[in-house]
Amino acid sequence: MAKQAKPQHDVASSRFLANPENLDTILATDCGSTTSKARFFKRLDGKYRFVASGEAPTTVEAPFEDVTLGVRNAIREVEELTGHKFLDQNRIITPRLSVDEGVDLYVTTSSAGGGLQMMVAGVVKSMTAESAERAALGAGAIVMDVIAVDDGRRPYEKIERIRYLRPDMILLAGGTDGGTITHVVETAELIEAAKPRPRLGVNFELPIVFAGNKNARPAIKRALGTIFALEVVDNLRPVLELENTEPARNVIDEQFMEHVMSHAPGYDKLMKWTPIPIMPTPAGEGRMFQAIAETYGINVIGVGLGGATTNVYSIYESKFVRTVSANLGMSYSICNVLKEAGTKNLTRWIPFDLKEEDLRNRLYNKMIRPTTIPQEIEDLVIEHAVAREALRLGFEHHRLLARPLRGVQRRRTIADIFEQRAFEETYIDMLQIDLIAGTGGLLSHAPRRAQSALMLIDGFLPVGVTRLAQDSVFMMPHLGVLSTVHPKAAMEIFEKDCLVKIGACIAPKGVGKAGLKSAMEVTVRFNDGSVIDETVEFGAMKRIPLKEGEKAQVDISPFKGGDIGRGPGKKGTATVEGGAVGIILDARGRPLGFADTDTERKQKLVEWLKALDAYPEKLYTIC
Amino acid sequence: MVKSPRRLSRKAVHDLLAKVMERMSSKGCCYTPGLKRKATTIVQKTRRLPIPGEVLVSKGEKVEADTIIARTFIPGDVYTLNVASLLGIDVWETSKYMLKKEGEAVEKNEPLALAKTFFGLFKRYAYAPASGTVERVSDVTGQVLIRETQIPLEVDAYIPGRVAEIFPKEGATIETAAAFIQGIFGIGGERKGSLMMVSESPSDVLTAKQLVPGCKGKIVVGGARATNDAIKKAVKAGVKGMVVGGLDDNDLSSFLGYKIGVAITGHENIPLTLIITEGFGEIAMSEKTFLLLKEFDGEQASINGATQIRAGVLRPEIIIPKASIPPEKLRGLESKAPPEEGLLPGTPIRIIREPYFGALGVVSKLPIQLRTIGTESSVRVLEAQLIDGRQVTVPRANVEMIEE
Repeated sequence: MAKQAKPQHDVASSRFLANPENLDTILATDCGSTTSKARFFKRLDGKYRFVASGEAPTTVEAPFEDVTLGVRNAIREVEELTGHKFLDQNRIITPRLSVDEGVDLYVTTSSAGGGLQMMVAGVVKSMTAESAERAALGAGAIVMDVIAVDDGRRPYEKIERIRYLRPDMILLAGGTDGGTITHVVETAELIEAAKPRPRLGVNFELPIVFAGNKNARPAIKRALGTIFALEVVDNLRPVLELENTEPARNVIDEQFMEHVMSHAPGYDKLMKWTPIPIMPTPAGEGRMFQAIAETYGINVIGVGLGGATTNVYSIYESKFVRTVSANLGMSYSICNVLKEAGTKNLTRWIPFDLKEEDLRNRLYNKMIRPTTIPQEIEDLVIEHAVAREALRLGFEHHRLLARPLRGVQRRRTIADIFEQRAFEETYIDMLQIDLIAGTGGLLSHAPRRAQSALMLIDGFLPVGVTRLAQDSVFMMPHLGVLSTVHPKAAMEIFEKDCLVKIGACIAPKGVGKAGLKSAMEVTVRFNDGSVIDETVEFGAMKRIPLKEGEKAQVDISPFKGGDIGRGPGKKGTATVEGGAVGIILDARGRPLGFADTDTERKQKLVEWLKALDAYPEKLYTIC
Repeated sequence: MVKSPRRLSRKAVHDLLAKVMERMSSKGCCYTPGLKRKATTIVQKTRRLPIPGEVLVSKGEKVEADTIIARTFIPGDVYTLNVASLLGIDVWETSKYMLKKEGEAVEKNEPLALAKTFFGLFKRYAYAPASGTVERVSDVTGQVLIRETQIPLEVDAYIPGRVAEIFPKEGATIETAAAFIQGIFGIGGERKGSLMMVSESPSDVLTAKQLVPGCKGKIVVGGARATNDAIKKAVKAGVKGMVVGGLDDNDLSSFLGYKIGVAITGHENIPLTLIITEGFGEIAMSEKTFLLLKEFDGEQASINGATQIRAGVLRPEIIIPKASIPPEKLRGLESKAPPEEGLLPGTPIRIIREPYFGALGVVSKLPIQLRTIGTESSVRVLEAQLIDGRQVTVPRANVEMIEE
């Protein structure tokens, strides 16, 4: 098996890793699909803090084909903003030469050039193939296709597909340990026949990770061992009742660095600049969402709304699932959101008259010039409408994979029978979600936090009492990679400068009667002793300001059949935390309904936007 | 609990701001990519095989656009046949029943394997599904793979010129002096043909009527937009390429038969390459682009609609080679300014976002401070003098430089 030499990392920075207490300045970058983002962190008064950021177009593909150009441009912006010198002619200056020259540590994440693109294969689509998909997604990959014996395609169609895809890596799983080996070897033979070429690098061997039946290893080695860089790891479904994705994920991480990244344009240089491995952006984001769930012992849904992809993370009862929805993004794949969601679903979020063709042409123009930003409020509202649909679609995709293991015998409980709960459904119960947090340029750059709040609420439709938070200036991936070597610094910056609390959303599950005047009654008891009573009509929203750092006790009485986590129609009390927006009372019902006529829909939408003071008044003059 | 984000101390902010102001006043530029539109420049095209093969040209050699410069063979298509299941035998015995062994050639419908029962009285054959070579006989799965003959794959020069560099086993770089224009979006791959102006002015809409029979094999140039009928007629008439200012997205979908979701194009299986120079909607072609193309009416051109807007933008291109000018003469005359030099007062720009979408002008000021725009965002802006006389303020992200 031909292995490439491990990349040479920056030695100077490595010295600081041995003594993290000496680390005063940290520079982190994320090479995104569209934009490279540099973030500068510094120890001030003994605490690590975020200092400045810079951004520039990513340059991994033609005509530049050198990722470091974009990275240098982004860093140059930080230099301009701070006066701190980071760059010399060829590299990032490490170790630090003086107070304002050089850094102690440089780290980076990357999703440029499409990130890590993988194909996965298994035997049964809903069992080993699904586990393989979860393992690949868990490693931060984009899954281009899932091949399975029962996927309905004929062998020659699968061969053509494998040949056409040109993935960065293939993960092959299948069979339980000691079970039949025929099917997994058959799939290996299809891969062998297809002889897929890697996307990057003409002469290197495509990495294949085998994580299937251990008895099939000799046959797999015979089929794939000579023409691919084959890595064999423990079976990810050794028995049907167990999913063990960790070994496969670790090897994917290694192979990503050794085989894929080292062939991407300019990454040989970038790898030498940093003493630690480059991490896929979704892996960096995922680490931080996991850190939130672990630190506070809560169920979390996180989302990274990027230019090319929408990454959704759930940490539910300690179970971590990550999905990457390729081509659901806000820049060069924005028209794919239009295509997937449909014009009608997008326009339902727009409160002013807009011809369909005008909307489409605007989005197509954004697609071909993805680094542009809305200058006028109409354009901003349109982008936010697309974001809601990208979040909704990304979460739909996520729910398909966040579900119990298939192929396992289960005993149905009385409750399951009464609720008619199917095991195919996701195990995520939105009533049990404590926090929804978002990151990504569009959310971080929203001019008002209420806009982010509405995007998260409309995209995920939380029920019960759910806290909302967001990344302040998009630095979760940066902190994720930093946390691998300096968790203290990463958490300090995360808590003080990254996580912005938006507030709490209170929304009963279920649908009330149209025109119901009292769909939700709440009594808010503030810490200073003051009390506010509010009644919300069905289909309406209200906002009660509650500052960041403050808490309040809320008695909630939902409409008949409305559930806030205590059962249909039952009252409940919750302690909520404040934030930039405060307490959001959402009595629009779940699932969310829209008025039948266009005029009523717009009128209702304006009411929701006004209730949260989401946009400046001038928006309503054109509605 | 999650702690609230705190701000830096007052002194730290003050110190930081002082440094920011000092730094920004000394240099007021940013990095903004732009579209190229050059009357004469050196164009280099690197032509590589997707897998190693043979390079057929040598350094310094003169080539035409159609000259094949490298060749390789890609493995043929594969057919699978589960012989064990067809013959009703155990999988581990598959090799034993094969009439053709691994590496042997086989014709379509030729017997591939044979199983005899009842002392040879009953025979069951497995026939080859395609002509090719037996690549693998698996005694684990009972599967037999037949691979068709290798498929030759050739790369041509795309543009006429000289071979400037050879990449052994991979390809070569071809160099020529040429006029070079980048579009904003295109579909369809490389095509060659002579340019034919069919619109009178850059604001004319290209209609079916304007496409006369003589446009067969040509690259037609229109003005503001091509109608759906014009595209259909161009296909029927055998037009090789079309260059226009804008396009309605519905017409694009109707031509392709599907909606484009991601701006990665160039591999569409369509009979003509379509390039738009400005954007979606009815947008007049930039006058300078139109006049430049007009100057080369009737000249041979190479075009490529491939667009890739992701981590390093690849835009569609129109190359009009100028064989009479040796590239050496241009070397040294080309602007040495690196792309990251960026915007400066006086830089010609095009505004690429509403509310001034498509407007042309020059940068008049690059204010240091962030400004609050209509969306309430605070961003870096520039002031521009538009060619229609208006003085406007726009986010720096919403302009592109015009490189001429």
